[in-house]
Amino acid sequence: MIRRAAALLAAAALAAGTAGCGSAGGAGEGKTLTVFAAASLKAPFTTLARSFEASHPGTKVTLSFAGSSDLATQLGQGAPADVFASADPANMAKVTGAGLAEGSPRNFASNTLTIAVPPANPAGITSFADLARPGTRVVVCAPQVPCGAAAVAVEGKTGVRLAPVSEESSVTDVLGKVASGEADAGLVYVTDVKGAAGKVKGVPFRESAAAVNTYPITALRGGRNKDLAGVFLDEVTGAEGQKVLADAGFGRP
Amino acid sequence: MTFTLDAVVADRGLDVSLNLGAAETVAILGPNGAGKSTLLSVIAGLIRPDSGTAALDGRPLFHLGGGRVVWTPPHRRGTALLAQEALLFPHLTALDNVAFGPRSAGAGRAAARDAAARWLAEVEATDLAGRRPGELSGGQAQRVAVARALAADPGLLLLDEPMAALDVHAAPLLRRLLKRVLAGRRAIIVTHDVLDAYMLSDTVVVLEAGQIVEQGPTREVLTRPRSRFAAGLAGLNLVPGTVTAAGLLPDPADGGPGGPGAPGAQAAADGPAAAGTELAGRHEDTPVPGQAGVAAFPPSAVSVFPDLPHGSPRNAFAVTVTDLEPHGDQIRVRAGDLAADITPAASADLSLAPGVRAYFVVKAAAVSIYPA
Amino acid sequence: MRRPGGRRHGYSGIPRWVAALAVVAAAFILLPLAAVVARVDWPNFLPLVTSDASLTALGLSLRTAAGSTALCILLGVPLALVLARGEFHGQRLLRSFVLLPLVLPPVVGGIALLYTFGRQGLLGRGLEVAGIQIAFSTTAVVLAQTFVALPFLVVSLEGALRAGGQRYEAVAATLGARPGTVLRRVTLPLVLPGLASGAVLSFARSLGEFGATLTFAGSLQGITRTLPLEIYLQRETDADAAVALSLLLVAVAVIVVGVSYRGPGTPPAMPSRAPSRTPDAEPAEARR
Repeated sequence: MIRRAAALLAAAALAAGTAGCGSAGGAGEGKTLTVFAAASLKAPFTTLARSFEASHPGTKVTLSFAGSSDLATQLGQGAPADVFASADPANMAKVTGAGLAEGSPRNFASNTLTIAVPPANPAGITSFADLARPGTRVVVCAPQVPCGAAAVAVEGKTGVRLAPVSEESSVTDVLGKVASGEADAGLVYVTDVKGAAGKVKGVPFRESAAAVNTYPITALRGGRNKDLAGVFLDEVTGAEGQKVLADAGFGRP
Repeated sequence: MTFTLDAVVADRGLDVSLNLGAAETVAILGPNGAGKSTLLSVIAGLIRPDSGTAALDGRPLFHLGGGRVVWTPPHRRGTALLAQEALLFPHLTALDNVAFGPRSAGAGRAAARDAAARWLAEVEATDLAGRRPGELSGGQAQRVAVARALAADPGLLLLDEPMAALDVHAAPLLRRLLKRVLAGRRAIIVTHDVLDAYMLSDTVVVLEAGQIVEQGPTREVLTRPRSRFAAGLAGLNLVPGTVTAAGLLPDPADGGPGGPGAPGAQAAADGPAAAGTELAGRHEDTPVPGQAGVAAFPPSAVSVFPDLPHGSPRNAFAVTVTDLEPHGDQIRVRAGDLAADITPAASADLSLAPGVRAYFVVKAAAVSIYPA
Repeated sequence: MRRPGGRRHGYSGIPRWVAALAVVAAAFILLPLAAVVARVDWPNFLPLVTSDASLTALGLSLRTAAGSTALCILLGVPLALVLARGEFHGQRLLRSFVLLPLVLPPVVGGIALLYTFGRQGLLGRGLEVAGIQIAFSTTAVVLAQTFVALPFLVVSLEGALRAGGQRYEAVAATLGARPGTVLRRVTLPLVLPGLASGAVLSFARSLGEFGATLTFAGSLQGITRTLPLEIYLQRETDADAAVALSLLLVAVAVIVVGVSYRGPGTPPAMPSRAPSRTPDAEPAEARR
């Protein structure tokens, strides 16, 4: 009898403990801003967060980087955050459509595609058409992902059909396969090449203008620090934020 | 055409030499741990000895420890092993089990099954052919195992206590079967049971602590044993000593050969009533005084007295009882290495119990003396 | 001899608190499953799982899992035999290393395979020259699955071989059977239950393999995009499709494992000491 009670108690304690761990650590007093941002924004947003903390003493910015679609899903499941920055309008639409946004989203940056090749460029890629050469191993993002949708748009505009050997679910995987030399070329963002610091070489192509990804940002209704969120948004869309984004390779919104 | 073996397995203390003729069966007797099973494993090729040579029908089995190394793996030796447990392959029927040997030798399935059927008939187990080993009793399984071993047409059959796991009904049946099939075959049978030796073997080898202590024709060893173990098997009391004109001078108890005396402090006090007293007995052979010999007498010829009887003290042993056990309708009184069979009434009259001191007395006419 | 199915309610000897914890454990596995089932968009379920991409992915998963299970058997049986029955230096070390794929995160396994078989890899370099390209191919998927699934088969089979002992093999050898014959007619038939359960475990692991496949083989419909990879992709745009496909994968796994997994089974039958159904027949010669 006692043993059974002890077992049930233990099970309950375990459940309660993990539930406690499950809640996001954002139960902070003082000012903590939780920002969900697309993975490609990692470098510029980290810089912006540090400068924001410096200029607003007593605040702390918690950053969470992941694929825009994953973030949108988490927000839909009730994850607590103050700000959401998406890599494309489609994923932002999921959030606004669910009534989670505070006010309307603002566009703050854009990103264009570029061809990434291993530093030595063994296959001698110089243009988008070269990617369709038989025997060339090209890796792209899958159409379901923002960078993949952009690639499909470029294909449509140029009329060049690609036959990739792999359609990855994240730009990081594309970059990885090019950097390791497995692929001759990959289609990634300009910002990814810049962030790769020499592991890949970028080959820009003029048709990239045909598919530009616009990045929207919004404050969230479920956030605890709406005022602070507004300030952060101003920072991002303001002069200093735009400079940081441009340094990272992003284009104007 | 013979089988010869010389082998040493150092970490088991085994050092043995054996010879067998074409149709000879040898029984290997010995206490537990003597190395009997090790010996069979060495012959079968399952254990590699440290040094030695063996050959069967002119084919070398192994040659190790000096000069070129020869080692024939078990499946090419022509020796088949039958153990206490039948070890029939559980996933094959009895018939397919027996057919295993011929199939392994290259026979086709039908030919192998025919041979198997013949061998099953030979061991009178034809009706078991379609059964799985799990459906057979111990005795039935052993019979099929015998057929399986013989179907492999071995030049030397090795049997490791085949009757040991069988009950009192199955054992005699298997013994009779073996007697029939071993006639005309070369075989080595390891056993604890002296009845196996009597019925099945031509010669007997006694193994103790890895060494051969006695060997010879079966009847000879078992009726005139020279080692304690064989004497124990044969149910005889054995006293080693030196032959004299009138009988035998027993070796001093604490220095005598042939096995441990009674435990503890009693050892010095046991033995003939007066130190240096001769044992009177019948000489089996022409006595050669001074030669080493043994005196043997059955427990049934021994009388037990509480005190030294009046008159001649010859053939009297002062003993301390160590054990009492029923033996048929008699009581066997054990005192160290000696035993006496007396009636239960006598045992009660004498108030015998372990630790009690008594005297074993035996008539000269019942004592056989022969050279060791 | 034990008869299956003839169960009587006797005494199981399981303490009550152990039974309670077992219920918690079962719930831990079954509740997430129930949560997925509850989330499925049932009206759309059939169209979602029978779409072109889904069926292609399912077919590829089943084919590659079958292929890698076959490869696991081909490579795993000798390895298990050597580990269970061999005697050589470094045996214990080898046994530990065989477990490596179990410990490595699958993505790390994929990276390691890439460094071996990729274009610039240890072996891949030579293979490229010979015109054999492994990365981005279905072969790569099979290799990735075999890498992660092999330990299951080896560990399962090695356990069964050790439990069985070597007595039957010794007898077979003394009856004149060569080592190859002993393996074929004695060892393998006796250890078949252990081999089968190991194979089922390998198949199940192959079916669910994701990380190593993604890193080493890439993701292309019909060539390398197995069902787990398809689910990962669908998650980006169509959560309903992802849930439906997840349930499909679970259903396939449950069917395969439920039908074929019997557990490691009992060791080869111990010599029968039990009295048989018919009494020991007395041959005619017993009558005197």
